[in-house]
Amino acid sequence: MTESLFFFFASLTLLCAVMVVVSKNPVYSVIFLILTFFSISAHYILLNAQFLAAVNIIVYAGAIMVLFLFVLMFINTGKNVESTLKKNVLAKIAGTVAGGLLFTIVVAALKDVTLGHPDPATFNSQVGMVENLGKVLFTKYMLPFQLVAVLFLVSMVGAVMIGKREAGEQNF
Amino acid sequence: MDSVLLIYKGIYILAIFGISLLIATYSTYFERKIAAFIQDRVGPNRAGPMGLLQPLADAGKLFFKEEFIPAKANKTLFILGPGIAMLVAAMSSAVIPFGDTLIIGETSFDLIAIDVNIGILYIFGVVSLGVYGLMIGGWASNNKFSLLGAIRAASQNISYELAMGLSLIAVLMLSGSLSLKVIAEQQAGFNWNIWYQPLGFLIFLICAFAETNRTPFDLPESEAELIGGYHTEYSSMKLGMYLFAEYINIFVVSAVMATLYFGAYNFPFMENLRNAFDDPVLGNNVVTIIGVAVMFAKIFAFIFFFMWVRWTLPRFRYDQLMKLGWNILIPLSILNILLTGGGILLYEYFTK
Amino acid sequence: MTLAERMYLPAIAQGLGITIKHFFKKKATINYPEETRQRSDIWRGLHVLKRDENGAERCTACGLCAVACPAEAITMTAGERKKGEEHLYREEKYAVTYEVNMLRCIFCGLCEEACPKAAIFLQDDKIAPARYERDEFIYGKDRLVEPLKTTETK
Repeated sequence: MTESLFFFFASLTLLCAVMVVVSKNPVYSVIFLILTFFSISAHYILLNAQFLAAVNIIVYAGAIMVLFLFVLMFINTGKNVESTLKKNVLAKIAGTVAGGLLFTIVVAALKDVTLGHPDPATFNSQVGMVENLGKVLFTKYMLPFQLVAVLFLVSMVGAVMIGKREAGEQNF
Repeated sequence: MDSVLLIYKGIYILAIFGISLLIATYSTYFERKIAAFIQDRVGPNRAGPMGLLQPLADAGKLFFKEEFIPAKANKTLFILGPGIAMLVAAMSSAVIPFGDTLIIGETSFDLIAIDVNIGILYIFGVVSLGVYGLMIGGWASNNKFSLLGAIRAASQNISYELAMGLSLIAVLMLSGSLSLKVIAEQQAGFNWNIWYQPLGFLIFLICAFAETNRTPFDLPESEAELIGGYHTEYSSMKLGMYLFAEYINIFVVSAVMATLYFGAYNFPFMENLRNAFDDPVLGNNVVTIIGVAVMFAKIFAFIFFFMWVRWTLPRFRYDQLMKLGWNILIPLSILNILLTGGGILLYEYFTK
Repeated sequence: MTLAERMYLPAIAQGLGITIKHFFKKKATINYPEETRQRSDIWRGLHVLKRDENGAERCTACGLCAVACPAEAITMTAGERKKGEEHLYREEKYAVTYEVNMLRCIFCGLCEEACPKAAIFLQDDKIAPARYERDEFIYGKDRLVEPLKTTETK
């Protein structure tokens, strides 16, 4: 049951992820990206990490993708964007080379990979639960957790600085 | 045994689904009736006794209206929009505990569809998806008013979700659990969270109004400036789905507020009542059934409050809305978290 | 503004108080077809062409009502009574057609004053209801003449 569910969601994730790239209309891309996040959340639930699944949906699907869609709606997608792109030979060669290199790296990285199998004797199925996650975050990973908060603060200050209205500037 | 529970869950989920649809249907009727009463009118009273069949008449009318899809609209997304809105609205009532346990024979039946340990996050996530229905529908209409409505909906929902989440954290600090069932059980008797979280409740209430796009925060669908906002181009039952989704959302948000702050199915002296029966099973069942009634009474009180406010307050201006969300509610909810944390520390210091 | 005013919550509570007061107020609505507003005794409503005590029409088509009518709503054609119609028409002359255009009529009651035979009256309990077509507002004799009491089957 779990295995077939895993394969279903894995193929769904990959299909949606491919569709994100393939779709001509950026709005469709965003919708497929949302579907991708959903299937990733399904994977989290299969791993018994419900908190991560919920947070993934709230943060990525619920907030960030809304902002993506928000921006895309302002872009005039009715026009054919593709024709305005430059399609010269150099770009094609560069694309091929970059893609080939990426493929090589992926193959090289996956060649020696061994799947980690948790020891059934010591494995705790409740490790992904919200209580355990919170305990680990606030004890073992306290410093990185706080540093991430500082990082967010810095980025927020940066955003405020960029968005700040300058003196005498007429915005509307 | 397992199959009994499975069948029970299926029936229960269907029942909750049916009840939320029924309540949404009759919310339209009571909305009009309450609006009329507040404005010294009598409201719909022609279809059936006291106009009670009015929702059926409305639904019938919507079904038979012309399905209109604008020529330049994106057809797939145009149809998808109301579908998403409806789906998301109907999904969210799954984790709300409408009652305690019923004991029939040897089996005890929990009156909750799925008791996940992240219940409130589930609701939060599902509600945050609701805005996609409005955004996709508004964008696909290919109409500038719809687009403006969709953009307003998106920015408003994101802004108020933050304050909502922060006000929620104070409740979670008190309960120590994300499960709505645990939160409900902790408020046994008259030990409701509202006594500890008045400020948090106020913030949550305001954000609930904003999240469900109700007046005074109904800017996405303001009929005066945006001719209906995101549903300008919609007609027939697709429009009906949008309106329906809004009322289901109100129902769910009312249920969440009742669960988080007003003790869900708990009512004063429920322990005394439970002990008054000689048979513990009978006592439990009686208390549970009264508890379900109490829960629905609380939900209806909140739905009434939503409508009462709608016909009292005028709409916000958009900059005022953003100012309230970002400059007032978020700092207030952070203050609330600090106060709650301090209170918990003081309580533990003096009692241990 | 003071802090209490800047919070707006007292003002909102006050507003909610006002609306809830109206919620429980007695409604001003009169459910029209079921209940009607109390009318004055001299209310002038829909016209009626009266019959005399034998059931014959009183109108002699003299045209005074049409002359008196300030809105020119009344038209009629006169005809001579044939033998054997004495039970239908009181005088030797009678109105073959008698039409009141309810869209023109201002319900002033001057026709009532002008009538020498006390044939036309404005009822105090009936009004001309709303209709879909303009033609339907021209009331002929079929709708104006008082029904015969003996043939009434109600």
